[in-house]
Amino acid sequence: MMDLTVIWAGIIGFAITAYVIMDGFDLGIGILFPLFEVGSKRDTAMNSIAPVWDGNETWLVLGGGGLLAAFPLAYAIILPALYAPLMAMLLGLVLRGVAFEFRWRDPAHRPLWDIAFTAGSLVAAFAQGVTLGALLQGITVVGRAYGGGWWDWLSPFSILTGAGLVAGYALLGACWLNWKTEGDLQDQCARYARRLGIVLLAVIAAVSLATLTLEPRYAERWLAWPGIVATAQVPLATLIVSVMYYRSLARRRDAQPFFWALGLFGLCLVGLGISIWPDVIPARVTIWQAAAPYRSQVFMLVGAAVLVPVILAYTAWAYWVFRGKVGSDGYH
Amino acid sequence: MTALLLARAQFAFTLSFHFLFPAFSIGLASYLAVLEALWLKTGAGVYANLYRYWLRIFAVVFAMGVVSGIVMSYQFGTNWSVFSDKAGPVIGPLMAYEVLTAFFLEAGFLGVMLFGINKVGPRLHFVATLAVAVGTFISAFWILAVNSWMQTPTGYEIAPNGQFVPGPSWLAIIFNPSLPYRLVHTVLAAYLTTAFAVGGVGAWHLLKDRHNPGARKMFSMAMWMAAVVAPLQIFAGDLHGLNTLEHQPAKVMAMEGHFQSHPHGAPLILFGIPDSKAQRVDYAIQIPQASSLILKHDRNAPLAGLDTIPAADRPPVGIVFWAFRVMVGLGLAMFGLGLWSLLARWRGKLFDWTWLHRAALAMGPAGFVAVLAGWIVTEVGRQPFTIYGLLRTADSVSPLAAPAVAASLAAFATVYFAVFGTGIWYLLRLMHKPPEAHEAPPSAAPIRSAGITPAPQVAEGDALPGAHDKETE
Ligand code: HDD
Ligand code: HEM
Ligand code: HEM
Repeated sequence: MMDLTVIWAGIIGFAITAYVIMDGFDLGIGILFPLFEVGSKRDTAMNSIAPVWDGNETWLVLGGGGLLAAFPLAYAIILPALYAPLMAMLLGLVLRGVAFEFRWRDPAHRPLWDIAFTAGSLVAAFAQGVTLGALLQGITVVGRAYGGGWWDWLSPFSILTGAGLVAGYALLGACWLNWKTEGDLQDQCARYARRLGIVLLAVIAAVSLATLTLEPRYAERWLAWPGIVATAQVPLATLIVSVMYYRSLARRRDAQPFFWALGLFGLCLVGLGISIWPDVIPARVTIWQAAAPYRSQVFMLVGAAVLVPVILAYTAWAYWVFRGKVGSDGYH
Repeated sequence: MTALLLARAQFAFTLSFHFLFPAFSIGLASYLAVLEALWLKTGAGVYANLYRYWLRIFAVVFAMGVVSGIVMSYQFGTNWSVFSDKAGPVIGPLMAYEVLTAFFLEAGFLGVMLFGINKVGPRLHFVATLAVAVGTFISAFWILAVNSWMQTPTGYEIAPNGQFVPGPSWLAIIFNPSLPYRLVHTVLAAYLTTAFAVGGVGAWHLLKDRHNPGARKMFSMAMWMAAVVAPLQIFAGDLHGLNTLEHQPAKVMAMEGHFQSHPHGAPLILFGIPDSKAQRVDYAIQIPQASSLILKHDRNAPLAGLDTIPAADRPPVGIVFWAFRVMVGLGLAMFGLGLWSLLARWRGKLFDWTWLHRAALAMGPAGFVAVLAGWIVTEVGRQPFTIYGLLRTADSVSPLAAPAVAASLAAFATVYFAVFGTGIWYLLRLMHKPPEAHEAPPSAAPIRSAGITPAPQVAEGDALPGAHDKETE
C-alpha cells in the first residue's frame, strides 16, 4: 500500500492542511474587519498579517499546482465541476490581496479598500467551504470529464459547509489577534473567540451528521464495527480539544487558544480524510485512478523532499522575525 | 460566441494582465538588489533613497502580480481541463517546481524585504532582497519551460489512455529546443521594460528639475541598461526567430506575411495589410529578397509560404503580423534611444538634452507594449494548437457552458479593470512624486512596528504623511 501515490496524497493533504491553518487566520481577520474600530485597531489587525499573508496563500497555489502534477485527472474533473465557486474564490482573493497595499496608498478611499478586504475574504472563505461541501456530496463524472450541470455544487449542504468555514476562519482570526495584540483589541477578540467557538462546534456537529447521510459508504466508514472503535476517537478528541480551548480562553492565555483552535481544524481534516480515503474525488475516483505516472511522481518527490523542509524553515524564520505583539512599540 | 472562444478570451485577458506585472517585477527586483548592493558598498545616500522610492512601487506591482498569478494557476483546470488531463503529467511537475523553488522563496522573503529592515539589519535584509530577485527569475525559468514545451514538445511519450507522459529524461522536457531562446528573450524583455519605466520616471523628474540627484541617478542607470540591453535583445530576438523557423515554420510565415512560397528568395515585407481570405498582403512595402537574407543568410534561398500548410493548421496571420511589427518597431526605437543617450553622455549632456528626456518619457511604457506584443506573436502564432502539432486548442477546452464562461469573463473584466486600473493609477501617483533628497537609508527607513508598509500614502499634494516619514525628515 505504501506506494508513491499514497505519499503524494499525503503531500497534497499536507499542503491543504497548511493552507487552511495558515491562510485561514488571515482570511478570518478579513471577515472580522468591519467589527474593529476604524483607525489604529484596524491598522494593527492588518499589520499583524501584512508580512506573512503572501506566503500563507502560496500553499493554495501548491495545493492546486500539486493536484495538477500528482493527480491530473482529479484536477481536470474538479475544477470545471466547481467552476462558479472557484471563480468567485479567485476574484475574492484578488480583491483582498490588493487591499493590503492599496489601503495604505490612498487614505481618501481607505474605507472602500477595507470593504474590498472584507468582501474578498468573506467570498473566498465561503467559496472554499462550498467547494468542500460540493466535493463531499458527490460530483458527476462521465468518462474522464465532469458530466454534471452548472449549479450542481449548490445545495443546503454546501451552503452549510460554506458558512461553517466562514465561522471557522473567523475563529482562527480572532484567536490570532488575541495572541498578537493587546489591550482593547485583544479583549474584543477574546470575546469573539468565545462566541465563535460555540458556532464552530455546532457547525462541526451538523456537518458531521449530515455527511453520514450523504453516501452509504461514509456512514459505513464511521459506524461499522469494529472500525468505530478507532473512528470514535475523532469526536472524542474534538471534545477534549474544545474543553482545552475554552479553558485557555478562560485563563486569558495569549497563544494557547490559537493552537487549540488549529487543533480543532486539524481534527476536522482528519475526519474528512477518514470519510473519503482513498478517493481523490469522493466516492468517484480513487487516488490510484487519478495518479500521474511513476516518472512524474518520482521527479517531483525528489524536489518536494528537499524543498518542503527548506520552505518550512524559512517560513518559520519569517514568522520569527515578526514575533511578539504587533504595534506594541507604537506608531502614532 | 462559443464556449471555446469565450474560454480563450478569458485566458488571454487574465494572462495579459498578469504578465504586465511580472515583466515589471522581474526587472525591478533585480534593480532593487543592485541599488541596495551599491548602498551597502558605497554608503551613498542616493542609492538608499532610490531603493526606498522604488520599493514602494515594487510592493504595489508585486501584490498585483501575485493575485493575478493565482488566478492563472487555476485557469488551466477551469478552462482547459482536457489539456490539463492530457498534459498534466508533463507540465504539472514543472509548475509544482515553480511553486516550490520560486513562489515560496519570493513570498517568504517579501515580508522581510518590505517590513523587516529594522528587525534583521541591512545585511540580512539584502539577502532577503536577493532572494526575492532570484525567486522572480526562477519563476520565469519554470513557467517558460512549460510554455516552451508546449511550443516545441520533446522528451514525452504518449500513453495508451492518450495522456502525454514523461519519457526517460526530464532534461529533454525542460530544456526543450525553444527554452533557451525564450528564456533569454523574455528576461531581457523584463529588464528592458523596467529600464524604460525607470528611465521614463527619471526623465519626467529631470524635465521638472534637472538637478534632482535621485532623478539623475535613475535616469543614468536606466539609459545604460537601454544602451546595453536593447542591442542584445535584438540579437536574441533574431536568434529566437531562426529557432522558430526551424521548429514552427508556420508561425514565421505568419509573422512575415508570406502567404505564397518564394522559390527564388523571399521579400521582407515592412508594412502592408494582410488579407487572409485572398491570401495576399495588400499595399506591401517590401525589400526584395531581404527575408531570405535574414532567415537563411542567402538572398536567393527559397522560402516556403502558408500555401504549403494545410488550411486547418494555419495560424491567424493578421494579429501575428501586426504584433510582430509592433514589437520589432519598439525594439528598434529602444535601440535608437540607447544610442542617443550614449551620444548625450559622451558630450556630457545626459541631463541637459530635454528632447532626450521627452523621448525617454514617451518611451516609458514601451516595454509593456512590446512584451504583450511579443506574447501575442508567440501564442497566436502557435494556433490552432496548444501543444504544437499534437493537441488542438479546440480539443483542449473544458466541457464548458457558454453562459457560465461569459458570466465569469464579465466578472473578471469588471474586477480587473477596477482593481488593476486603480492600482496602475496609484503607481503613477507614486512615480509622480520626485525622489526626495533626504530619504533615510534603508536601515533606518521603513518602520518601527511590524507591518506598516514602508511607503508614504498617496496623498493629495506632495506631502509625505505617515509617522516614519516625518520621523526621518
Ligand atoms: C516570465 C515570467 C512569468 C510568466 C511568463 C508568468 N509568470 Fe506568474 N509570476 C512571475 C513570473 C511569470 C513572477 C515575477 O515570479 C511573479 C510576479 C509577482 C510574483 O509574486 O511572482 C508571478 C506570480 C505568479 C503567481 C503567484 C505567486 C505567489 O503566490 O507568490 C502564480 C500562481 C503565477 N505567477 C502563475 C503563473 C501562470 C500559471 C503563468 C502562465 C500561464 C504565469 N504565472 C506566467
Ligand atoms: C502552460 C502554459 C500555458 C498554456 C496552457 C497556455 C495556453 C494558452 C491558450 C490555450 C491560449 C488561447 C489561445 C488563443 O485563444 O488564441 C493562450 C493565449 C495566450 N497566452 Fe498562453 N498558455 C500558456 C502559457 C503562457 C505564458 C507563460 C504566457 C506569458 C505570459 C502566455 C501568454 C499568452 C497570451 C498573451 C495569450 C493571448 C494570445 C491570444 O489571444 O491568443 N501563455 N495561451
Ligand atoms: C527588434 C528586435 C526583436 C526581434 C527580432 C524579436 C523577435 C522575436 C520573435 C521571433 C519572437 C517569437 C518567438 C516564437 O514565438 O517562437 C519574439 C517573442 C517575444 N518578444 Fe521579441 N523581438 C524583438 C524585440 C523585442 C522587445 C524589444 C521586447 C520587449 C521589451 C520583446 C519581447 C518579446 C516577448 C516577451 C516574446 C514572447 C516570449 C518569447 O517567445 O520569447 N521582443 N520576439
